[in-house]
Amino acid sequence: MEWEAVIGLEVHIQLLTNSKMFSGASARYGAVPNTQACAVDVALPGVLPVMNVEAARMAVKFGLAIGAKINHHSVFARKNYFYPDLPKGYQISQYELPIVQAGHVDIEVDGVSKRIGVTRAHLEEDAGKSLHEDFHGLSGIDLNRAGTPLLEIVSEPDMRSTGEAVAYLKKLHELVRYLEICDGNMQEGSFRCDANVSVRPKGETKLGTRAELKNINSFRFVERAIAYEIERQIDVCEGGGTVVQETRLYDPNKDETRSMRSKEEAHDYRYFPDPDLPPLEFDDEFIREVAKTLPELPDAKRERFMREYALPAYDAGVLTATHEMANYYEETVRASGVDPKLAANWVAGDLAGYLNKENRTIAESAVSAPMLSGLLRRIADNTISGKIAKDVLDAMWNGEGDADSIIEKKGLTQITDTGAIEKVVDEILAANSKQLEQYRSGQEKLFGYFVGQVMKATAGKANPKQVNDVLKRKLRG
Amino acid sequence: MSLSRTDVEKIAHLARLEINEQEAQTFADSLSQILSLIEQMNAVDTTGVTPMAHPREAALRLREDKVTEGDERSKFQQIAPAAEAGLYLVPKVIE
Repeated sequence: MEWEAVIGLEVHIQLLTNSKMFSGASARYGAVPNTQACAVDVALPGVLPVMNVEAARMAVKFGLAIGAKINHHSVFARKNYFYPDLPKGYQISQYELPIVQAGHVDIEVDGVSKRIGVTRAHLEEDAGKSLHEDFHGLSGIDLNRAGTPLLEIVSEPDMRSTGEAVAYLKKLHELVRYLEICDGNMQEGSFRCDANVSVRPKGETKLGTRAELKNINSFRFVERAIAYEIERQIDVCEGGGTVVQETRLYDPNKDETRSMRSKEEAHDYRYFPDPDLPPLEFDDEFIREVAKTLPELPDAKRERFMREYALPAYDAGVLTATHEMANYYEETVRASGVDPKLAANWVAGDLAGYLNKENRTIAESAVSAPMLSGLLRRIADNTISGKIAKDVLDAMWNGEGDADSIIEKKGLTQITDTGAIEKVVDEILAANSKQLEQYRSGQEKLFGYFVGQVMKATAGKANPKQVNDVLKRKLRG
Repeated sequence: MSLSRTDVEKIAHLARLEINEQEAQTFADSLSQILSLIEQMNAVDTTGVTPMAHPREAALRLREDKVTEGDERSKFQQIAPAAEAGLYLVPKVIE
């Protein structure tokens, strides 16, 4: 039997606010334990939550970016459960009336576009962290994260393969960073993903029983955990068994998912509207103000790059992967005035290579856009060849100065004087009479050998195109 | 609609409340009375009435995104049952 996977993702993003969702404590990551947990966050009796307007703005911004319905009236509810990192005994979340409903994200897999529905996105607060190292048989609790604003983004079960799930997740990751509402740091937990996975016979329209996968906080784990889970469920079904609804934890070391012992009441959260918080209401004006802060979105930017700079889809994709990268590229094009394709090759090629090697973001690049522009201008005006430019970039990356001073200091100016090149070519031909004879008797692949010799003799500085021209002419005899 | 003692025991467990058998019966009776009041309200035709999420006709007050609270850890941890290395200590939560 042929099986089809059905996947829906729940993504929690930490919103980039200064302070917490319902308190004035700092929401900055990485502080000394419990120094950013105020009376509201540790849930002392008598405290009251006061909502952060920025969290609402960011949620609206996200909703607008995915073409969703923004609810002018949304309601906070208490989700009740007991866990030591949740000192109130409930999490403030949204249940029946979330702030954002019915949006979509378009993905592309193997050249095929697909629209993935976003059921809802709602605001809620994060919990603290439990540290299970041994404190004489006790657990340690750090409440710094408690109360950090989260936006939970719930997709429709629209994905049919691990490839689609990863594409959706990457698209979302790119989008929230473009919107500057989340830093997207998966290691620090600012962008977290759970997956609902089920299988059904191909052609069946009814959904199968799903398992919820947790602990899949990297793109690679998402891919592997879902792939494993699909196989597991197919095996269960083909073996005549039935899939049970449960939460399963992904173990990256064993590359498998396993059941978390589920208590039947675990999901009985007894939601009810939080009496401390009247409904969140705003008018069209609030939404219009937020709309003004929307940047150019990734898809629009990609299309503009292809149109405005005549770039192939691949280059446009690499250059718009983050808005910092896109800004860097546009600044380089503007400052250098060179062919945008030349600039694209250097930013998406050589420079990206250095960044990847040292695991740096474009903001941490050792070569700034104005510096790279200086280099590109010297390629464009034929002062140096592309090959020499790679050495200059390397020197720039290592802090040896700007392109012009490196070219001067190292004497790298390209030889474009045809007379000078002819002289070198004559010398090479004279010194290699045997190869010359072989070439003229038909071994034309020796052409490359001569090019190499000329470049060696000029320390790579001869203009490659001129070398080719002169050699072709002289070799003919 | 009425609640059984088993229902009450389950709810009490979810709320981490310890109740004895006699209390369970008492709560089953009084909670059932509340449910019959709700049944009465459910019987009212509310077509065209917007549901309320809060008893007061109020909208949420919002504050600017500013850090106003500083570190008060030492004060809070003085009244905590157990703290060490800046962490609150609790009975182990995973096996």
